[in-house]
Amino acid sequence: MEWFKKKRKPREPIGERRLKVPDGLWLKCENCQAIVYKEEILRNSKVCPKCNYHFRISAQDRLRALFDDGKYEIIDDNIRSCDPLMFKDTKKYKERLKESEEKTGFSEAVVTAVGEVGKIPVIISAMEYNFMGGSMGSVVGEKITRAIELALERRMPLIVVCSSGGARMQEGVFSLMQMAKISSALARLDEAGIPYISILADPTTGGVAASFGMLGDLNISEPKALVGFAGPRVIEQTIHQELPPGFQRAEFLLEHGMIDMIVERKELKSVLVNCLRFMTPNQ
Amino acid sequence: MRKLAGDFEKPIAEIEDQLEQLSALPPTEEVTEKLEGLKKKLRKVCQEVYSHLKPWERYLVARHPERPYTLDFILLLFEDFVEMHGDRKFSDDHSIVGGLACYKGEPIVVVGHEKGRNTREKIYRNFGMAQPEGYRKALRIMRLAEKFHRPVITFIDTSGAYPGIGAEERGQAEAIAFNLREMSRLQTPIIVVVTGEGGSGGALAIGVGDRILMLEFAVYSVISPEGCAAILWKNQEKKEEAAENLKVSAHDLKRFNLIDEIVPEPLGGAHRDHTEAARILDEHLYRNLQELKEVPINDLLKQRYDKFRRMGVFEKEIR
Repeated sequence: MEWFKKKRKPREPIGERRLKVPDGLWLKCENCQAIVYKEEILRNSKVCPKCNYHFRISAQDRLRALFDDGKYEIIDDNIRSCDPLMFKDTKKYKERLKESEEKTGFSEAVVTAVGEVGKIPVIISAMEYNFMGGSMGSVVGEKITRAIELALERRMPLIVVCSSGGARMQEGVFSLMQMAKISSALARLDEAGIPYISILADPTTGGVAASFGMLGDLNISEPKALVGFAGPRVIEQTIHQELPPGFQRAEFLLEHGMIDMIVERKELKSVLVNCLRFMTPNQ
Repeated sequence: MRKLAGDFEKPIAEIEDQLEQLSALPPTEEVTEKLEGLKKKLRKVCQEVYSHLKPWERYLVARHPERPYTLDFILLLFEDFVEMHGDRKFSDDHSIVGGLACYKGEPIVVVGHEKGRNTREKIYRNFGMAQPEGYRKALRIMRLAEKFHRPVITFIDTSGAYPGIGAEERGQAEAIAFNLREMSRLQTPIIVVVTGEGGSGGALAIGVGDRILMLEFAVYSVISPEGCAAILWKNQEKKEEAAENLKVSAHDLKRFNLIDEIVPEPLGGAHRDHTEAARILDEHLYRNLQELKEVPINDLLKQRYDKFRRMGVFEKEIR
């Protein structure tokens, strides 16, 4: 009766096996699970052609897509985070910074550049989600404040593309105070009558949403982007209820009056040019 | 017996118990002598315990259920408090209180978080966790101060803005952001006092001002130690380690130049003596208010801007 005891390996679930694809040529859409030819997604501004899911894109791709002819000049690239709290969780903060820098090629979670959008001179600060979750520490706060001050000085419109989990815990209260610093600077921009457009990309939550994210003359979101103050997991744990479908997605925010419009990535530039023409003096 | 902030308070509580028992006895010479001795010992132990608080223990003190709350301070510091209600848009948030009051004969406006003392009150106050309407009410009251040229005093004591479905629907992020921007240009002096827990954006939303005072055992942080531990350590039990790393004490914040003044607390914390805590705060509050009143409003706004503009540390890379 040996064969009774014979152990069989459990079969691999078919679903998993089918979805395994070699890296490179094909991409699996995170939303509809469809397998799409990578070139097709890239040609389509990194939007899934099947379900219109907007993949997260790098700060560099953002700048290239928004500035005329993909031409821009990066400014304020010479400041770096330090570690005022000597923060260490499972890893040292300094190590995390170094890893992020190697992974993304950026020195921080935001890049500011000057260029033209529809021939209108504009400053754009684009956040990089892959750099520590786009979190805002002193450097992000400082770079965005400088971008605002430059906009004031040159009377140029400012666009910020947000993509961030919120304040950076590793810099403690310093991070928190960046919210006040940036919002104070935005008050001056507002008074000077200079346009500020906030673009909310997936995800924008916490201290970034609760400061410059929601303070745009126009708040524009990408489809299905997660935007809110508290993260969905925190809310679920607090109220012990399942969250309704679509909660905190761009469509939900539009419905509740928190954003002006949802614009697809392909249309974003032309919408921005239209709005900027309205907001800047006649040429 | 008083509720303990944590186990570290046990040696203090033991002596307090003995004191209580002794003082019930007829005051013979022997008893009085013993009482004196115990009181001395109590002071010494209090001093000892409270000068060596760990960061997590500071959280326990700041969250002590008997700690003076905004309404206690209002009662102890001001006269003729007239409470205002509602944001004129949606509802009245009970976790933020505010209104008109008189401070040493001078009309002021006061706004603060209110946590509530017993279970019923706590539920009524939503544990001091405000929703958008709370922040909008706060700003509405502060706008009134601006209109009538009265100074604003805010008291911060919240574990954070409320994370709920309704709060998100009504724009928690927008409400906080809007307050930050508008407080930065409110044309009247603002003094902020962190009295207990300064919890993240929910605290800062009424925390932009010309002077920021912080009670000795209050805490101010970008995230609660529990939240931080859950995210970075993937384990809520690491809250003590998180608290240590986050550097949340008044002394840390003073060292970082993020607050202006530390307001000392009575021996053994403000929860032991509300009146004395209010008396000490009174001195600091009054002095700062008199100083701010002397500053022309345009200078004041510029100084307020510069104060927050300076916050943050980074390295300049040499190329």
